[in-house]
Amino acid sequence: MKYTVRKFDAVIVGAGGAGLRAAIQLSEAGMKTAVLTKVFPTRSHTVAAQGGVAASLGNSDEDHWHWHMYDTVKGSDWLGDQDAIEFMVRNANECVIELEHYGMPFDRLDNGRIYQRPFGGHMSNFGEKPVRRSCAAADRTGHAMLHAMYQRNVKVNTQFFVEWQALDLIRDAEGEVLGVTAMDMETGEVVAFHAKATIFATGGAGRIYYSSTNAFINTGDGVGMAARAGIPLEDMEFWQFHPTGVAGAGVLITEGVRGEGGILRNSLGERFMERYAPNAKDLASRDIVSRAMVTEINEGRGCGPNKDFVLLDITHLDPETIMKRLPGIHEIAVQFAGVDCLKEPIPVVPTCHYQMGGIPTNYLGQVVVPQGDNHSTPVPGFFAAGECACASVHGANRLGTNSLLDLLVFGKSAGETAVNELKAGARTHKPLPAEAIERTLARLDRLNTQKDGADVHETRLAMQRTMQKHAGVFRFKDMLKEGVEKILAIEQDVGRTQINDKSMVFNTARIEALELDNLIEVAKATIVSANARTESRGAHVRDDAPNTTEHPNGRDDKNWHKHTLWYRENNRLDYKPVQMKPMTVDSIELKTRAY
Amino acid sequence: MDTERNARIGKLKWHCRRALLELDLVFQRFWAREQDAVDESSEAVLTRLLELEDHDLWALVSNKRTTDDVEFAAMIKRLQKI
Repeated sequence: MKYTVRKFDAVIVGAGGAGLRAAIQLSEAGMKTAVLTKVFPTRSHTVAAQGGVAASLGNSDEDHWHWHMYDTVKGSDWLGDQDAIEFMVRNANECVIELEHYGMPFDRLDNGRIYQRPFGGHMSNFGEKPVRRSCAAADRTGHAMLHAMYQRNVKVNTQFFVEWQALDLIRDAEGEVLGVTAMDMETGEVVAFHAKATIFATGGAGRIYYSSTNAFINTGDGVGMAARAGIPLEDMEFWQFHPTGVAGAGVLITEGVRGEGGILRNSLGERFMERYAPNAKDLASRDIVSRAMVTEINEGRGCGPNKDFVLLDITHLDPETIMKRLPGIHEIAVQFAGVDCLKEPIPVVPTCHYQMGGIPTNYLGQVVVPQGDNHSTPVPGFFAAGECACASVHGANRLGTNSLLDLLVFGKSAGETAVNELKAGARTHKPLPAEAIERTLARLDRLNTQKDGADVHETRLAMQRTMQKHAGVFRFKDMLKEGVEKILAIEQDVGRTQINDKSMVFNTARIEALELDNLIEVAKATIVSANARTESRGAHVRDDAPNTTEHPNGRDDKNWHKHTLWYRENNRLDYKPVQMKPMTVDSIELKTRAY
Repeated sequence: MDTERNARIGKLKWHCRRALLELDLVFQRFWAREQDAVDESSEAVLTRLLELEDHDLWALVSNKRTTDDVEFAAMIKRLQKI
């Protein structure tokens, strides 16, 4: 198979919020910048973000970045790096105002300033009372953000390669990153994008789970490519789940349904939350509800032929109230659960929503790996930002509205660092290592010629069901151990996937097989890391690490206050310390996380 | 299926990869059910429909909004079939 080479100062993979923000920085500085994207930029998953972007502008209430920093550290269950968190919250206001100048139509107060709304976990004065900190554009914040940044990129001549599938990172023998290989979906042509700086902004990989709120495009392409290139993945055991996704579909049923009186029931028709949270019942916090649902399912009281979901019942509510106060729920239930929720309960399961871990970076957006005594040595030429990266600002659990902030701040930071390195002459077009590109071509050739191989859809489904059952929202020692074995067996099938359609033009079967190559790396990293971490922290909650006096919430700081690093080679695990020292202020010392 | 049509359908299918899971699921169901029923006129309507922004498209599919475009309305009905 042939390939061609195209040279750029910088190549960015992914055109969601982080990729577009990084591209603005590079193109505005006059760098020849290519952005590769599987789908048209304004169809990236950032569109789905509705809640807003956090910034302590103080337009509606008195606010301060230090308070935002405290909330983020606490939200992360003290696993977030405090230097990166300080960097993010201190740059929030500037990034939001820049976005406004790009044309983002934020909601406004009567005085013309950006309107700010409250959001869970955001407090003033170090946890004292709620503060309005989220800046939004109606319920289309992510969508408006992408449009504003895409237009800005068009203005500054960023070169977009739309409907290109990135294939592999190009690293030379010294470990320097020299670009990526990618395939044009329209022709099947393979191109080596030779760049002085390579930025991954490929989003999350929520599709490793059977039940996920993530769009189909979220296949962890950057994370998989990094893993194959020998880069470790950080804190991949931490995934945020939402308790009520439609079973078998993943579409979210808002918490407002339970707020309006919705009741969760098991196969016996019992209102089981009465046993787990006698006072709050169905209105208990997300983690309590999710854990109760999983326990019911695991103990055989799930519903349906496979006993693998519970029911959310609103049939006792006034139909007019449902249609008025919960707009859209009826249609979602009809479309994705096949039930009329006015007459029948909706099948629901805890559903994967957000990936906290990813490619390890520092706050400058540089990808960092352990080398000698330094656990955070930058990989020359390689940067990452957004959900695919782990800066780490979300630690063990992300605070709402910090995801859009993450991609703005670190997208900009990665772009700016790359610009600085390019301007300083620190990066050149080193010769491309032929063997790195040959590896990509061999992978494509294997897929094209595989006989008697594994079916892509069946293999992906096996992986998703295994991850859901063995490394879901509530984790069990034996299930995790068994799940590791199962995922490693499924990996063997991923290595021999077969496609029947060999055409070169928009061959979606080939793309899905290539995406599965990336998903399996994320699945392995997740379940191996989760199996090893024998405490509960943030979103990683284990049955065998319960709440005790010695370990409140099951957290074991003595042994586990550290970041996981998973290496693809032999599924090796390593650990590195959490950065407790912020940039300028005092450290926010460890304490029990309670709301 | 001839090569040319195969390529056109492949492109349309890829354009059905959207930013919102709701739409991914609707289109997944649509293709599983109607691949053989997508003739050239359906292809043309789908091509136009897929140019819509995701939120606007979902508003039509979920009956939050209606359209005066007769071809769109007919296609939306097909997409809504369960």
